[in-house]
Amino acid sequence: MNQIKIHEASEVSRTNMSEPVIDNPGTRTPLLELRGVNKTFGAVQVLHGVDLTVYPGEVVALVGDNGAGKTTLVKSITGIYTADSGEFFFNGAPSHIKSPKDASDLGIEVVYQDLALCDNLDVVGNMFLGREKLRNGLLDEVAMERLARETLAGLNVRTVKTVRQQVSGLSGGQRQTVAIAKAVLWNSKLVILDEPTAALGVAQTSQVLRLVRELADQGLGVVLISHNMNDVLEVADRVACLYLGRMAAIVDAKTSSREQIVELITSGRSAGIGLAHAEHVQI
Amino acid sequence: MTAPVPPDPTMTSAAARAEPTLAGQDFSVDTESLTGSDVIRNYLQRFQRGGDLGLFPALLALSLLTVLFGVLRPESFLSKFNFGNYFTQAAPICVLAMGVTFVLLLGEIDLGAGYSAGVCAAILASRLKADVPLPVALLMAFAAALVMGALVGFMVAKIGVPSFIVTLSTFLSWQGILLLITRDGGTIKIENKAIVAIENKNLSVGVGWTMFVVFAAGYIGFSLLRVLSRRRQNVATTPLSIVALKSAVLVIVGGIAVHQLSAKRGNNLRGVPIVVPLVIGLMIILSFVLGRTAWGRHLYAVGGNTEAARRAGINVARMKMSAFIVGSLMSCIAGIVLASRLNSVDPQTGGNDTLLIAIGAAVIGGTSLFGGRGRIVNAVLGGLVFALINNGLPLLKKIHGIDFSAAGPKFIVNGLILLLFASIDATSRRRAAAN
Repeated sequence: MNQIKIHEASEVSRTNMSEPVIDNPGTRTPLLELRGVNKTFGAVQVLHGVDLTVYPGEVVALVGDNGAGKTTLVKSITGIYTADSGEFFFNGAPSHIKSPKDASDLGIEVVYQDLALCDNLDVVGNMFLGREKLRNGLLDEVAMERLARETLAGLNVRTVKTVRQQVSGLSGGQRQTVAIAKAVLWNSKLVILDEPTAALGVAQTSQVLRLVRELADQGLGVVLISHNMNDVLEVADRVACLYLGRMAAIVDAKTSSREQIVELITSGRSAGIGLAHAEHVQI
Repeated sequence: MTAPVPPDPTMTSAAARAEPTLAGQDFSVDTESLTGSDVIRNYLQRFQRGGDLGLFPALLALSLLTVLFGVLRPESFLSKFNFGNYFTQAAPICVLAMGVTFVLLLGEIDLGAGYSAGVCAAILASRLKADVPLPVALLMAFAAALVMGALVGFMVAKIGVPSFIVTLSTFLSWQGILLLITRDGGTIKIENKAIVAIENKNLSVGVGWTMFVVFAAGYIGFSLLRVLSRRRQNVATTPLSIVALKSAVLVIVGGIAVHQLSAKRGNNLRGVPIVVPLVIGLMIILSFVLGRTAWGRHLYAVGGNTEAARRAGINVARMKMSAFIVGSLMSCIAGIVLASRLNSVDPQTGGNDTLLIAIGAAVIGGTSLFGGRGRIVNAVLGGLVFALINNGLPLLKKIHGIDFSAAGPKFIVNGLILLLFASIDATSRRRAAAN
């Protein structure tokens, strides 16, 4: 469950000019590996041969401008869309995800931007919604309450005072926390977070980022979609930059600058990294 | 590599490097049980800060109205005969309000619930008249309720027509069916003794007290078991003092009621009306279903946030269908009670203000029309409030030239009471939001 050093891998990417960069798998098996994923909607090709790897214990930030294909990529991973072509490996084994249920069976959970919490239920009710623990056909409140508390405590969450509180009474950061805890409650292995800090203040953002780091430190793979470069550089191990449906580069967050990532997002290449002829890329 | 790991020593170091903690100790509220005075203080704070006032407004209204009518008309309102009468008046409203609650919890509405009660009652009455055995006639009435509920549910959940429109249409159609069954305004008399007994016969004094002991012991027993089991498993629970307080109030109020009803109140008339244990039984069963089953939890979830419920894998369409069916089956029971009360079914059974009073009863009890909030016991208490108004007002007769026994003043007072309760609820919620 310790943090994994994978940063050397992306050094490779700095010399690799001509095609989207993937890091060297080395001896470790990636949790998630996508190879050459294509997706078209009618005449529009939204994803062009996208490669992506996520290792257990790391946070991969997925960045890109509006329309770069972040959402489509995530929806292809979670089974809401089916990719036209491309290979998909989970824990090293080829997988076919055709529905959201396939994804959650594999251990892939998504925390959507709008959180999908029921304000009128308490924290326990929300965390177990649709998967309530039953005993003799009735709700086993005690077991659920304990498991909810253990999960939150295991994530070092200290901001939710009681799991019996209605969600309507929680702050934005606390709600995000509950939504994330709900995602990890189910032995999930890969958690995808869609803009988790978009609507949060400074203190709450840092709470949530700490939680994101904690997930990775516990051995989960985390994909973080974000527009906020501060968040990305603070919490991510690697940054995957999408540019017009192509994976421009996957760079090491520790050695990359904010300007470099912004350049990759806006023009697809930056100082020798990225797409070879980004200016000629057709949508 | 499972995600939720129990706390282990390595993680405290992770916490140590983290930002300053923002709230108190980890879940101290969940593991340390409150004392009785804490619970009362927390509840009283809600009056200052606002929030869900629960059953309080309805209970307050019941007490104030009782005092008001009792002072103004002690000889008629406080008579034992009227006391027995009150429960039989309240029963159909309470039953219909319980059924409507299921639909309201989803944020939907059923305007046809009153007339579907009428249709079921008419089917029962006409079949009994045609010498169909009671069980078969009952089965036919409930089958009709099932079909009506499923039809409305299907239109709302699968076709996607707003429930207001669907039930506006069924409000008209069921009324038409009721007219057809009663042959354009005829009255179908009910002579079946069992059906008539529901609203017109009483339990013997002995059975009444036995029922009282069973319900009281059941309530106290289950409350105690729950508290002890939660305490044993080390999760926070209601303090025993509060359980004792609630039990004591229930036993005293219930005991006085049973005692009053057991006294002779007319020509050979004594005992608890048969409909009372029926209503209490329905209340217990339905509360249990809503509070303790996954179905009940899902109903609240769909009412609270339909999209969240759908993403959690809940079949929203099926939940809507089932809620309308449960509501419709309860309408059927309400229809039977109404028919029993009048010994007959006519085109007005379940008509007039029946439905709107039932919806008003649920709202007075604190059920939200926007869905996701409300309980069965609220509907029953709301029904009791409306029944009390409609029981007491006619007894006031003329005051300052206004004839309160007439329909005009009755409707106006009912309307004002509903408005008053809705305002109290809205004010309290606005204050809670502001804090």
